[in-house]
Amino acid sequence: LSVLCDMHIELKNNYFYHLQETVGGVIVLTCKEAMQHHGISLSMEGIVNLQLSSKSVGVFEAFYNSVKPIQLISSNIEVAKAGKIPGGKTEIPFEFPLHMKGNKVLYETYHGVFVNIQYTLRCDLKRSLLAKDLSRSCEFIVHSQPCKAKIVAAPVNFSITPDTLQNIRERSSLPKFRIRGHLDATSCVISQPLTGELVVEKSDVPIKSIELQLVRVETCGCAEGYARDATEIQNIQIAEGDVCHGLSIPIYMVFPRLFTCPTLETTNFKVEFEINIVIVLHDDHLITENFPLKLCRL
Amino acid sequence: MAAVQWYSRGRNYDAELQMCRPEAMPVEFGDYHPLKPIMVTDTKTSRGTRKGSTSSSSSSSSSAPPDPLSSMLDGTDPLSLFAAASATETSTMSHSSFTGDHGRKRKEKQEETMGPDFEPWSSKRGEILARFTTTEKLSINLFMGSDKGKAPNPGSSAVSEKVRNRLEELDDLEEGSQRELLNLSQQDYANRIEELNQSLKEAWASDQKVKALKIVIQCSKLLSDTAVIQFYPSKFVLITDILDTFGRLVFDRIWTMCSDPRPLPDSFTVEDVNDTAKETCLNWFFKIASIRELLPRLYVETAILKCNRFLNKLGIQETLPRLTSTIRGIGDPLVAAYARAYLCRVGMEVAPHLKECLNQNIFDLLATFRQISGESIQKQLVVQRVEAPEYLTLYSPAINWILQCIAYRAPESLLTEMMERCKTLANNALLLNSVMRAFRPEFVAARATDFIGMIKDCDESGFPKHLLFGSLGRSLACADPPESERLTILNEAWKVITKVRSPQDYISCAEIWVEFTCRHFSKREVNTVLADIIKHLTPDRAFEDAYPQLLLVIRKILTYFHDFSVLFSMERFLPFLDMFQKDSVRVEVCKSIMEVFIKHQVEVTRDPVILNAMLHICKTMHDSVNALTLEDEKRSLSLLIIGFIRMVSFGRDFEQQLSFCVEARATFCNLEPVLVQLIHTVNQLAMETRRVMRGNHSRKTAAFVRACAAYSFITIPSLSSIFSRLNLYLLSGQVALANQCLSQADAFLKTAVGVLPEVPRSISVEGKFRSSESFLLDFINNFLATLLVVPDHPEHGVLYLVRGLLNMVQDYTWEDNSDGKVRVYVSALPLLAAMSQETYLYSIPKMDSNETLYGGDPKFLSEINKLCETLIGQILDHLKALARDEQNARRQSTLAFSLFGVLLAHGDLRNIKLNQLAINLWNLSHKHGHCETRVSVRTLESMKLQARQPDLAHLSDTVQRLTLQSRT
Repeated sequence: LSVLCDMHIELKNNYFYHLQETVGGVIVLTCKEAMQHHGISLSMEGIVNLQLSSKSVGVFEAFYNSVKPIQLISSNIEVAKAGKIPGGKTEIPFEFPLHMKGNKVLYETYHGVFVNIQYTLRCDLKRSLLAKDLSRSCEFIVHSQPCKAKIVAAPVNFSITPDTLQNIRERSSLPKFRIRGHLDATSCVISQPLTGELVVEKSDVPIKSIELQLVRVETCGCAEGYARDATEIQNIQIAEGDVCHGLSIPIYMVFPRLFTCPTLETTNFKVEFEINIVIVLHDDHLITENFPLKLCRL
Repeated sequence: MAAVQWYSRGRNYDAELQMCRPEAMPVEFGDYHPLKPIMVTDTKTSRGTRKGSTSSSSSSSSSAPPDPLSSMLDGTDPLSLFAAASATETSTMSHSSFTGDHGRKRKEKQEETMGPDFEPWSSKRGEILARFTTTEKLSINLFMGSDKGKAPNPGSSAVSEKVRNRLEELDDLEEGSQRELLNLSQQDYANRIEELNQSLKEAWASDQKVKALKIVIQCSKLLSDTAVIQFYPSKFVLITDILDTFGRLVFDRIWTMCSDPRPLPDSFTVEDVNDTAKETCLNWFFKIASIRELLPRLYVETAILKCNRFLNKLGIQETLPRLTSTIRGIGDPLVAAYARAYLCRVGMEVAPHLKECLNQNIFDLLATFRQISGESIQKQLVVQRVEAPEYLTLYSPAINWILQCIAYRAPESLLTEMMERCKTLANNALLLNSVMRAFRPEFVAARATDFIGMIKDCDESGFPKHLLFGSLGRSLACADPPESERLTILNEAWKVITKVRSPQDYISCAEIWVEFTCRHFSKREVNTVLADIIKHLTPDRAFEDAYPQLLLVIRKILTYFHDFSVLFSMERFLPFLDMFQKDSVRVEVCKSIMEVFIKHQVEVTRDPVILNAMLHICKTMHDSVNALTLEDEKRSLSLLIIGFIRMVSFGRDFEQQLSFCVEARATFCNLEPVLVQLIHTVNQLAMETRRVMRGNHSRKTAAFVRACAAYSFITIPSLSSIFSRLNLYLLSGQVALANQCLSQADAFLKTAVGVLPEVPRSISVEGKFRSSESFLLDFINNFLATLLVVPDHPEHGVLYLVRGLLNMVQDYTWEDNSDGKVRVYVSALPLLAAMSQETYLYSIPKMDSNETLYGGDPKFLSEINKLCETLIGQILDHLKALARDEQNARRQSTLAFSLFGVLLAHGDLRNIKLNQLAINLWNLSHKHGHCETRVSVRTLESMKLQARQPDLAHLSDTVQRLTLQSRT
C-alpha cells in the first residue's frame, strides 16, 4: 500500500553561503505514482553543540553534563499545503534569507571535537496516519563575514637549539642541533596556506622527519568554570629523512575545510588554532615548537 | 591400324616469317605501356586518410568517369576513418574511450608544443627497465589488499554472502590491513605493480574514487623505500606509470564534467569551467593536501598538476616552483633526484614553456650533491654492499632526464652557465656525464676540448672516467668538433681510454670512439685504434665477453669505409676479425661485411688484397655450414657469396678468371647455389672468349674454351638437384656447341640423356612435394629444340641422340595414368619434321648441323619418316588404350587435338592417309564434347587463312570435312 517516494534537497551555490545571502534550492520529489500528503514544510536551523571532554570533568558528568546547544538561527516555512503530488519528478523551489535576529552573530561552520557549529535544512512531508512521514535533512555550509580588522603579515622568526627548549628531563643527553626559520605570518587567512621556511643548520643526530601539526584548542564554559582541550587536526610531513643541511625547506600547509574556522571567541566557548613544528630525530628525540595562530576570513 | 606413313610438309621458313611479320608500327612513347606502373590520375588531396585501400586498383585513365563507389565514400569513408582514428589512438584508447576525439587532439597539441625532436619519456622507459635490474628479492609493503581471494569465514553463515563480501572489502580498505609481500623476484614485482595499475583503473571505473586514491598513495609510498637500491630506477618507472594513469583519469573525469553542452576546447580557460567541476577539482586538491606523508603528497599532487588549469590561470605556474622547493624536504638524495625527474617530466608535458622551474630543480639538485658523500648514504651503501660507482650511475637516468628537459631548445648561454656551475662544483663527474649526455651534441662537440679538460680534472674516485669519455664520444659521434681540434681530442681521449684496466669497460668506451675516429680520420688512425683494441682484448681471451661491442666496431667501420681496398689494406683489420672466435658471431660479422660489400662495391674488381680477404671471409661463412644449418641460412649465405663472385673480374685475363673459379669451387663446395653460379660464370667466360675472338677460335682460345667445358663437366655431377644438373648440362652443351667443341657438347648431351632416368617422380618445391612431370616435359622440349642443331656423331648411327632420348623416355617410369610419354612423342614429331627440311630453322654459325652433313639424303629422310611412323603408332595405340575407359575421355580429346595440331603444322596433308588421320583425330577430339569450341573455331579460321596460300590450297577441302560440334 505504501507508495514509493523519494525526496531530497538540492542547493544552489554548492552548499556554501555567506550572511545576508539567500539559501536557495529545490526539493526534489520522485514518486512512481501520484501521492496524497498532508503538507510539506521546510525548516532551517543553526546550532552550536558543546560537549565537555571527559578529561576536564568526570566521564559520567561529561555524558550528562553536555552543555545545552546554542541556537543561532531557526526558521520554518510551509512549502506546500495538503494535497496531491503527481507521479514522476516534482521540483519545489524555495529560498531562505540568512538574516540574524537581533545582535546574534552567524558563526562559520566548524566541525570539531567538543565544539560543533552546524547548519541544516530539514524538509518534512506529512502523510496520513497509515503511511510514515518522510523527512530529509541536509547540511549547508556558512562562511562568516570577512574580518574587519586589517591583517598585517608579520613574519615570525624562530630558532630552535637545545637551549631554547623547555620541558626536558636531561638537557645534557640532548644532541646538538640548530634549526632556524620563520613563519610568514601567524595571523592567517583561512583560505590561503600557511607558509614559511625552515633551515636545518646543524644536527649531530640525523633527522628522521619534520612535521607540521595543526592543533585546535577548544574551550567550553560551563557551570564549574571552563574546559580547555587541544587536539590534533592534521599532521603534514614536510621533510623526510636526513635533509640537506643549510638548504631551506618550505613550510606549507593548506587549512582543511570544515575542520578549521576563523578563530572564535564567545562568552560560552572559544575555538583557537595552533601550529606545532615537530622535529623527530633519528634517536627518536621529539622536538616541538609551538605557535598560536589567528585565523580569519577575507 | 596399319602404320601411317609420314610425310613432312616442306617449309620455307623465310617466306613464312615474312608473312607472319606484322607491319611495323612505330610505338608512341609516353603512351600506354603494360609494364608502366599504374598511375592514379584521379587524386584528391582531401582524401588523405584513405591510405592505399582502394586507390591502387582504380582505373589508370584520366578520362574515366568518376568511380561511383569512391565518390560515394568521399571524405566520409567510415572504415578508413576508423582506421585513421585507431592508428593514432591505440595508446590512448584504454583510458579514454569516452573522450576519444579529445584525447587525440590533445596529443597532437602536445606534440606541437614539444616538437618531435624531444626524446619522449616513453623511449627512455624501456632502456631504464632493461638496465637497472636485480636478482635480489624485493618486497612490496601495502596498507591494503589488492586480492580478494580470502577463504570465506565458515562461522558467519547467518550473514548473507553479499553483506559479508562488502564487509571484507571494507576491511581491506581499512588503514590497518597492512600486507607485506616479501621475496618477490623482479618480474613478480613488476607484475604486482601492473596488478595495482589494473585495480586502480577498476576502482575508478566502479566509482570507488577513495580506493583509487589510496592505491596511488600506497604506490608512491613505495618510492621512499630504497632497499635494493640497484632496482630503484626501474621501480620509479613502474610506479610513475601508475601515477600517470591516475593523473589522466582525474583530468578526464573533470574534463567530462564540464563538457555538458559541448566538449571543452583544448585551449579552455577557467571561465569555461562550471562550478561543479571546479568544486570537484578543488576537493581533489584539498584531499591531497591533507596526505600526511611528504613523498606521496608530492607525487600525487604532481600527477594531477594539469588539473590546476580548471581552477585558475596561473595555477600551474605557481604550483611548479612550490613543488620544486618541497622536494628539498626529501632527505635521501636519490629519492629526491627521481622526484625531481618526475616533476620535470610532468612539467614538460603540461607546461613546456615554464623553464625556470626546471633550472631551479637542477640547481637544488646541485646544492644537495654533497649529501651523496655524506655519512648516512655511505652507511646505506655498506649495508647494501653497493660500490660507489654503481651507486652514482643510479642517478644518471634522473639527471639525464632533467638536463634533457632543460637543454631542449635552450639558449646557448644557459648551457654555458650549466658548464660553469659544473666547474664550480669541482667538476662533479656525475653531473658532467649527464651534461654531456643531455645537451645537444653540437654544443658538446664545439667545446670538446673544454670537456676533456674538465674530465681530466675530475675527482678520480666515484664516477668512472671511461663512462665520461663514453658520453663525450657519443656526442662527438653525432656532431663534429672544430677541425683543428680533432686530432688532439682523439689523442687526449685515447690516452685515457687505453689506460682503462677492465676489458669490459675498455671496449664499451672504445667502441663509441671508433665512430669518431672513422668519421674524421684516415685508415692509419683507425688501424691504430684497432691495434689497441686487439692488444687490450687478447689477454685472457677477454674478447669472448665483448662480441656485441666488437661487432658494433666492425659495423661502424663499415659505415664509413666503403672502399674495400682501403679497408683490407688496414693491417689490423683481419687480425681484428680473428678475434671473433665464436662461430655464430664470426659468421654474423662476415655477413655484415659481405652485405656492405655487395651494396657499395659498384665496379668489378681484381685487386688481390680484396680478393684474398673476401675469399677468406666467404670461406668463413661457407665453413660455418653444417648438417644443422637451416635452409634459409644456407640460401642467404649463398646469395652473399654469389654476390662476391659476381664482383670478381680479371678483365681480359680469362685464364686467371678460370683459375679463380677453380679455386672458388674448391672453397665453396658445400653450397650448391654457389657452384651453380660458378658454372654460369665459366660458361659466360667461354661465351665472352667467343665474342672477343669473333667466333674464330685460335688454338689457344679453343683449348681454353675446352678447359671451360671440362670445368663445367666435372662440376655439374656434384650438384644434388637433378634439374639444376639437367639444365646445366643442356646449357653447357649449348655453350660448347657455340664454341665448336663438338665432342664436349656431345658428352654433355649424352650425359644429360643418361641422367634422365634418375629424375624422381616427385620433387620438393619450396617444401612441398610436387610431381616432377611438368618440369621434366619442359626440360625435354628444351632439349629437343637444341637437338635440331646437334650434328650426328660419325661413329654412331643416324639420329643417335634423338633415338637415345626417345628410348630413355620409353623406359622411364612415368606416373600411372600419365600422358607424359605420349606428350614427349607428340612434341618429338615437330623436331623430326624440322630435321627433314632442306634448310633448318636455325643453326649455329661456323658449325655444320645435319642439314649440311646429310644434305637432304633420302636415306636420312626415310630414317626420319620411319621414326615418325613409330611415334605416331605409339601415340595412336595410347589413344586407343584411353578409349577403353570413359573417364579418360578428356585426356584422349586433348591428346588427339594436340596430335592434330602437329599434323596440321608439320605434316603434308596432301597425303590422303595423313589427311584422313587428321580428320579422324579432329573427330575423336570432338567426340565427347571436351574440346573448347573457341579453340576449334579459331583453328578452323586459321586453316582457312592458310588455305589461301598456293601450296596449302588443299587445306580448304580438309576444312570442309571438319565439323564443329553443335552447342547442345
